[in-house]
Amino acid sequence: MRNNSVIGWLLAAPLSLVLLVFLVAPIAMIVVVSFWGATEWSIYPAFQFDNYTFLLTSDVTYRVYLNTLKYAIITWAFTLLIGFTVAYYLAFHIRSLTWQIALFLLCTIPFLTSNIIRMISWIPFLGRNGLANQALISWGVIDEPLEWLLFSDFSVILAFVHLYTLFMVVPIFNTMMRIDKSLIEAAVDAGASGWQTLWHVIIPLTKPGIMIGTIFVVALVMGDFITVRFMSGSQSANVGRMIQNDIGLLQYPSASATAVILLVTVLLLIGTLLRFVDIRKEL
Amino acid sequence: MEPRPKSFYALTAFFILFIIFLYGPTLTIGILSFQGPDGGLTFPMRGVSMHWFRDLFEQQAVGDIWGSFRRSFVLGLMVMVTTVVVSVMGGLAFRKRFKGSTVLFYLIITSLVIPSILVSLGVGLIWSQSGLPVHWSSSGFGAQLTWTLPFGLLIMFAVFNRFDRSYEEAARDLGASPWQVIRHVVLPIIAPSLIGVALFGFTLSYDEFARTLLTSGSYNTLPLEIFGMTTNVTTPVLFALGTLTTAFSLLIILIFLLVAWLLNRRRARQGSDAGKGLV
Repeated sequence: MRNNSVIGWLLAAPLSLVLLVFLVAPIAMIVVVSFWGATEWSIYPAFQFDNYTFLLTSDVTYRVYLNTLKYAIITWAFTLLIGFTVAYYLAFHIRSLTWQIALFLLCTIPFLTSNIIRMISWIPFLGRNGLANQALISWGVIDEPLEWLLFSDFSVILAFVHLYTLFMVVPIFNTMMRIDKSLIEAAVDAGASGWQTLWHVIIPLTKPGIMIGTIFVVALVMGDFITVRFMSGSQSANVGRMIQNDIGLLQYPSASATAVILLVTVLLLIGTLLRFVDIRKEL
Repeated sequence: MEPRPKSFYALTAFFILFIIFLYGPTLTIGILSFQGPDGGLTFPMRGVSMHWFRDLFEQQAVGDIWGSFRRSFVLGLMVMVTTVVVSVMGGLAFRKRFKGSTVLFYLIITSLVIPSILVSLGVGLIWSQSGLPVHWSSSGFGAQLTWTLPFGLLIMFAVFNRFDRSYEEAARDLGASPWQVIRHVVLPIIAPSLIGVALFGFTLSYDEFARTLLTSGSYNTLPLEIFGMTTNVTTPVLFALGTLTTAFSLLIILIFLLVAWLLNRRRARQGSDAGKGLV
């Protein structure tokens, strides 16, 4: 038994080392630096609560947090609806395994290409002279090009949904594929309509997948700074942007304090979600 | 076969729209990158040309694209190999409970859900405060591992959850040493999944942005270079670069899928001689 533990530790050693140096130590460093002081060009060790006091008493912080939560909730709702529908279609309406795998891969491939390129690629669609405006004008729906298509909350959320729906599709599809098909037959035989089967059988059994997808999407949107920066044309802010701004101004202690609060928020949210699902069992 | 229900057709339409939504924008910039020399960032096309691709090959026109591509490629390979090796070892370790395995598991989850900018900021701070030079192959490499390893490990957990242990028992009964069991039984069986882990390792590293931002030093990786371009380049050369790097990613994905498929076939052919009769 002792021997087992030793082999386990040896096998896990490289992993632990990487996480210790590049995850645990950086978090510790951020916590330490969040108590430091800063001048305009340098930072110095100290133990003061100034950064936190400033953050927690500024209503900008609360507005930015509210905005971040708004992005997270709206993106979550859309990715869940689209992701669930796509996964449902793949799992229950496609009958051959080969086709299921092929279509699933088709959904997965964009995830493995560059996020930044995928954001850039919305410009010709949404711009003032973009495809969307051209089409709407030629159909006579609008007379003037719409200004809010690009560089607005709309485009930010559109990009989030575009980038992250996949993180819903994959876990939900994975859970759905493990549902025993005879349960659905039983429901149908017992006289359930299609909607009743969906609502009373499939959705409850898919909950773990939905939870894992939710964890991914919430974590990605809460921690994002680049999508908001790029798709809002620097006109909207979220917490990530706040951190990035401070970094740009070399105000590392204040960036660290914001980062600590963001981390605590995200971990509390994810921790709550994790109570509803046992990830190791779902893999 | 039963006839298709009505909902099938509605859902098929939805799925097709979803695929258009996923691929449409990328296809548009693919088309627009062939914009004529006078064309802009949006339609209409003013002629068709390779002008903007030629621009990319003229070094002075826009930043150090080829240098950053080389760095991204090498870094991607480094991350890929490390991710595969560390994930396999980690996956093997987690098959048995060991002291601290729960803590380690939650660290992996943390590594996955932590806002990327924290890793960037934290690693950057450690390096700068200890006077080490940040470099893509040291701090950048480690920061990217915190993103690729969780994916690799989750795949390995999924693989080992479905692993039939009787193969190992059979090997042990035949007198194989623990190392021989791993080398000749476990690894060949999980090989196709390792291709998946390698694919994730490479592509996630190749496209990584946020965790590399403050950890790569003065030599940019390709995504950082592209992001820099978005603020000061307003010609379709941006689209040309986007098209090229996306095409490169697709090529890599295709190669990996092909290798996985070949491995699977080989495994199916050599894995069992059931039904072939006695020789």
